Amino acid sequence: MMTDPTMPSQAAAASSPETPTQLFHYVLQLADTSLILAHRLSEWCGHGPILEQDLAMANIALDLLGEARSYYQYAAELEGKGRTEDDLAYLRSAVEYRNPLLVEQPNGDFASTILRQFIYDAFHYHLLLQLKSGPDAQLAAIAEKSVKEAAYHIKWSSEWVIRLGDGTEESRRRVEKAIENLWRYAGELTTPSATEKALQAAGFLPDYVAIQQQIDAHVVRVFEEATLPVPQGVFMQKGGKDGRHSEHLGYLLAELQYLQRTYPGLQW
Amino acid sequence: MVEHLAAPTEEHIWQLLEEVSDPEVPVLSILDLGIVRAVRVAGEEVHVTITPTYSGCPAMNTIATEIRLRLLSEGITKLHIHNQLSPAWTTDWMSQAGREKLEAYGIAPPVDGTATGHLLNLFGADTAVRCPLCKSEHTHLVSQFGSTACKAHYQCDDCLEPFDYFKCHA
Repeated sequence: MMTDPTMPSQAAAASSPETPTQLFHYVLQLADTSLILAHRLSEWCGHGPILEQDLAMANIALDLLGEARSYYQYAAELEGKGRTEDDLAYLRSAVEYRNPLLVEQPNGDFASTILRQFIYDAFHYHLLLQLKSGPDAQLAAIAEKSVKEAAYHIKWSSEWVIRLGDGTEESRRRVEKAIENLWRYAGELTTPSATEKALQAAGFLPDYVAIQQQIDAHVVRVFEEATLPVPQGVFMQKGGKDGRHSEHLGYLLAELQYLQRTYPGLQW
Repeated sequence: MVEHLAAPTEEHIWQLLEEVSDPEVPVLSILDLGIVRAVRVAGEEVHVTITPTYSGCPAMNTIATEIRLRLLSEGITKLHIHNQLSPAWTTDWMSQAGREKLEAYGIAPPVDGTATGHLLNLFGADTAVRCPLCKSEHTHLVSQFGSTACKAHYQCDDCLEPFDYFKCHA
């Protein structure tokens, strides 16, 4: 792992004594989110409906994994206790993970994977656009890099929502079912946790209200073209960002962390 | 036995880096790709700053090792490799020589000014890409996601050959 000593990582906004710890927790949340979604997408590798879409999901997984590594490296540096990116990814339990519930949901069928990706991409892309001009130099650098990749992701998942919604009777039935199952996890993405609220108050994070408006505009545009009704008044689930996860995360981590748990410290 | 060499110069380091090729597109040097952002020599200490093409590029560790080995073979041991994320890599940094080498190798080089960008052009027209084999302009996009993160998958409508297109990334 390489880090650049010339890259300033101290922030210039209204720092309080708790800010470095809060920033560590927030960067870790971003890292966990990218890693878990990357892992879910990688489960499709070799099982995609057609070769090109199999490759697309593996490519998106790789982008997210790279983004996760940048966040984990930065989180390790912020914490300053000698833990590495690998320690943070492989040696934390499910209750310590801070990803929102959406990204740990199982792949289901292709329509479910697309819908989960669409909900996430709409948030991720608009968040990164804000973070890249934020006050923390390292977070801004990671966002500047990742937003170019997220632009490919949101285009891909948006076009697929349109194809499925305005496609055949069967594709529409499946994407409608995916919306029914997954929309309840959309709200958590823009509902700030205590950590996010503190960082917003200190000027490190953008207000999510503006991001929510941009997400809504994108959703309306895509759903209209997909001839799908925009979900209204859905009760939103939350808890992942506070470590309260669905049962799915434990199984996922059992697989993801298997090697380090079985052979501690193993390297290759 | 490595002879004692005079302190390296920045020019010499750049020459050596030209000989390090990209592990996934071996026809390109890392300079052609625009991965090396800075070289600085301070006495015997050499600093090389590199930047990844895509966040998940699995070649970055290999590239760092290759740089180390190439410089080591010239007796340069005090090497520091720095990884820089910002400004983010863009295909604008790819050399003209690199673009020609790519096409000769069978990969269509990036068409400048066609990045996905921040305007979401859903189902927009495909970028017109010239077939690297028969040079026909009648080609179509098969998938934005190809054999590596930096490439898209195209097919020629005239010679029917499927080919890789090195995506414009700006």
